[in-house]
Amino acid sequence: MSDQKPRDAVSQQADVAGGERVGRKPLGLWADTWRRLRRNKLAVAGLCIITVFMAVGLTQEVASLAGTYLAPHDPNAVNYELSPDGYGSSPSWSHPFGTDYLGRDIFSRTLVATRISLLVGVIAVSIALAIGLTLGPVAGYYGRWVDSVIMRLADIFFAYPYILFVLLLLTVLGPGFVNVFIAIGLLSWAQYARINRGSVLSVKAMEYIEAARAQGANDVRIIFRHVLPNTMAPVYVAVAMGVGGAIVTEAALSFLGIGIQPPDASWGKMIADYLPYLQGGRWWMEVFPSAALTLTVFGFISFGNGLRDATDPRLKE
Amino acid sequence: MAERLLEVRDLSTHFFTHAGVVRAVNGVSFTLDRGETLGIVGESGSGKTVAALSLMRLVPDPPGKVVAGDILLKSKDLSRLNEEEIRQVRGNDIAMIFQDPMTSLNPVFKVGDQIVEAIRLHQNKGKKEAWRQAAELLAKVGIPDAEHRVDQYPHEFSGGMRQRAMIAMAISCNPDVLIADEPTTALDVTIQAQIIEVVREMQQQYHSGVILITHDLGVVAEMSDKIMVMYGGRTVEYGSVDEIFYDPHHPYTWGLLSSLPRLDLVEKTRLTPIKGNPPDLLLLPLGCPFSGRCPYERSECRDNWPTGEMVGMSHGVHCWIPAEERKNIRSKLPRFRRRVA
Amino acid sequence: MSLLEVSSLKKYFPIRTGLLRRTTGHVYAVDDISFSLEQGKTLGLVGESGCGKSTAARVVLRLLTATDGQVVFDGQDVMQASRGAMQRLRRDMQIIFQDPYSSLNPRMRVRDIVSEPLLNHQIGTEAERKRRAFELLETVGLSAEHGERYPHEFSGGQRQRIGIARALALNPRLIICDEPVSALDVSIRAQVINLLEDLQDEFGLTYLFIAHDLSVVKHISDRVAVMYLGKIVEVAGSDVLYDYPQHPYTEALLSAVPIPDPETERARRRIILEGDVPSPAKPPTGCVFHPRCPRFRPDPCARAMPPLQSTGGDAGANHLVACYFPTRYEEAPG
Repeated sequence: MSDQKPRDAVSQQADVAGGERVGRKPLGLWADTWRRLRRNKLAVAGLCIITVFMAVGLTQEVASLAGTYLAPHDPNAVNYELSPDGYGSSPSWSHPFGTDYLGRDIFSRTLVATRISLLVGVIAVSIALAIGLTLGPVAGYYGRWVDSVIMRLADIFFAYPYILFVLLLLTVLGPGFVNVFIAIGLLSWAQYARINRGSVLSVKAMEYIEAARAQGANDVRIIFRHVLPNTMAPVYVAVAMGVGGAIVTEAALSFLGIGIQPPDASWGKMIADYLPYLQGGRWWMEVFPSAALTLTVFGFISFGNGLRDATDPRLKE
Repeated sequence: MAERLLEVRDLSTHFFTHAGVVRAVNGVSFTLDRGETLGIVGESGSGKTVAALSLMRLVPDPPGKVVAGDILLKSKDLSRLNEEEIRQVRGNDIAMIFQDPMTSLNPVFKVGDQIVEAIRLHQNKGKKEAWRQAAELLAKVGIPDAEHRVDQYPHEFSGGMRQRAMIAMAISCNPDVLIADEPTTALDVTIQAQIIEVVREMQQQYHSGVILITHDLGVVAEMSDKIMVMYGGRTVEYGSVDEIFYDPHHPYTWGLLSSLPRLDLVEKTRLTPIKGNPPDLLLLPLGCPFSGRCPYERSECRDNWPTGEMVGMSHGVHCWIPAEERKNIRSKLPRFRRRVA
Repeated sequence: MSLLEVSSLKKYFPIRTGLLRRTTGHVYAVDDISFSLEQGKTLGLVGESGCGKSTAARVVLRLLTATDGQVVFDGQDVMQASRGAMQRLRRDMQIIFQDPYSSLNPRMRVRDIVSEPLLNHQIGTEAERKRRAFELLETVGLSAEHGERYPHEFSGGQRQRIGIARALALNPRLIICDEPVSALDVSIRAQVINLLEDLQDEFGLTYLFIAHDLSVVKHISDRVAVMYLGKIVEVAGSDVLYDYPQHPYTEALLSAVPIPDPETERARRRIILEGDVPSPAKPPTGCVFHPRCPRFRPDPCARAMPPLQSTGGDAGANHLVACYFPTRYEEAPG
């Protein structure tokens, strides 16, 4: 071993760094999460439900855009023969969920209504994320008065009675299918902003942020390239829960009559319309759409919970 | 003749994870006598901390498990004790000081509370008496104004003082063995010197044996009587402190000593690093864990763990290179040109 | 020719308490320090926690705004530079961080991490940046295929190399090394120290090397400045500082460093300082070191901070110390 300086720094270093192999490639960040998630039966069940829901909803939406429907019967086809006394007919082989007071097949209606729930989930949450994931990182990164202003704004959105807010917005936007979704989205950004801001505060202290500034990166690049991607983990959980929440909100609004208007049908609308018939013992109209709604939302929440547990590094296995 | 406090034979602790078995400690043996300081030296992945935790059965189970070995504390086998019995031992016969004084003290309890808890767990003392003892202990470890300090919270203590408080807690029940896991790593160098003094004084006063776990060769040179060098879960060399520093026999030990910048020597020669990276504990070879990084590796090294070879009275090494050849290689290393046994 | 000239640099952090966030005091992190750094040389900055060395580094790079003072890099005033000028300056001054685990964005591929500085300054095309990234990785001892991986797949030492490659991307002239080896295993430290030295030779780099490990600093630095509570208390050539320390804090610091040699340790005389380092929010009046100083005399030590100056005579103009009673040596070199 000599004490001489090497001829060439590069080859010396390569030899020393043991650069041929990095080593066994450890599991990626998501592989570990997936493994933990798999063990949680409830979360897996939720994921299945979500998958089925999205598949059905997507196909229904495509069909709807093509002007048609994808169900055993026309969901809007009125058929008085199937509802002789005006109270519909109970479930049978040709109509597994029965028919409603207008003789419309409830199974087909429930199926087609899935697209409404999918749309509300996608549109509302997308809007909420677009707002929340811009304001959240900005608040967290700049801190001080910017943070205060944005967070107080978020507080207002949290505190104000939700339904009233939606009503207000709908009077401004006008009634209409998509406006309902937009309204829901516009008003739910606060939770994403708040959750994200929390992570931003801890990421801000990381040295790679300082490194980016030292290199001359501007604030926009730092926020969107360095901060945001590293704060997404809790947001995914919030999204899962948020979609479930948006679906319930739409159902509630439709139930109250301010959401979806006829002839479109959503689960919430159906639940509202068929409620009186429950008294007369005609349970099938109310039960099936309610079950669909409950099951779907349950799926999102279970998955969301499972995802949160699986991404929590402190949770022992 | 000093009393033998601790005898550990063939200790093995493995972690059973989804990614595989991590053989954190693999067949490690050592002894500790009263009044003696054993330095366990190693880097990350060497297994030194897990070995210490295994003594007190503090290894989280699952996924960890002491899979083999005898741990004799004054002839009592600790590995055979049940949960209740081992709790009696912890804090009482064996005490531990941890690395990070920031997180080792509970921030919501007063410092006095925490020491008193340790006292009352093992000794039959009333509250008043325990508090008095706590204050005495704080004074003993050199905290000024101990009477008032005992009523304060950890955040009111500086890093060095917190470490002293931890030492006070550890010695409160007069343990036979004191394990110090990197006690000075998180501290500034001038505070480090103070803490080393405190540990030394306490050892003398209480006649305890000390196991010092560290990666800092300077600290170990200062404090230890004997040293055990660990790498990848195994002991590669052990001996008295002079033997290890002046007559090292293992290539890893040579590598460590050669790679240190020295404050006291005038030469400004290039450092001689050990090439490669610390071992991946999931991919340890059957033989010597240092294979792959060892400049003198031979064909048998990777698959066969070398049997122990005594090269001095209490100096042993695990290496396939024959002793004569080792001395030859070592004499050519720049670091050892000056001093060789 | 001084590449970097720092004069009377101050950085105070306001302490805001109460509901209305009033400024009730200051943390005097950096309190009037001055030093210069010549091209191609290494200045080591040592001190314990709270001494202000890391803060000083960040102020020099203008990652923090100075409260007062001047930083001149290659003739240009860093504090007053316009945005455009500062962007250009950033190409010449880079930094390597302490923690290999938090200094790399875990969601970026290594080649993107290393080439990002080029992207930020709009240098080169995508293909050229990629090529340069591979070149840089090889310079620090990794290979091009490592560029496709993510940081978590590497060991601490390798991550530190990636950080060094990133710092080199813009061909800087000055690199501030903020505790670059403290978080690494002992056997890996030598690798990285050698790498830094090789790079300095190959690219003519100038280093401001910050650390608390005196052995490492002595090895790599040409000159060393010792900081205590925001002030520089002594500056000298690295060999001279160890052999002929003049300031009592430097002496205590040196005697506290454990030396990996049992005989030397046994023969040593230790100077153990009493008490703890005071808080930089409440620095002592007069000489900042006087509460712990074995040479303390109320007058003049408690009255005013001694100026940093040479003791003249044998010690030479290159050895500066801020003490009223510095140790004098008979045979100290100039």
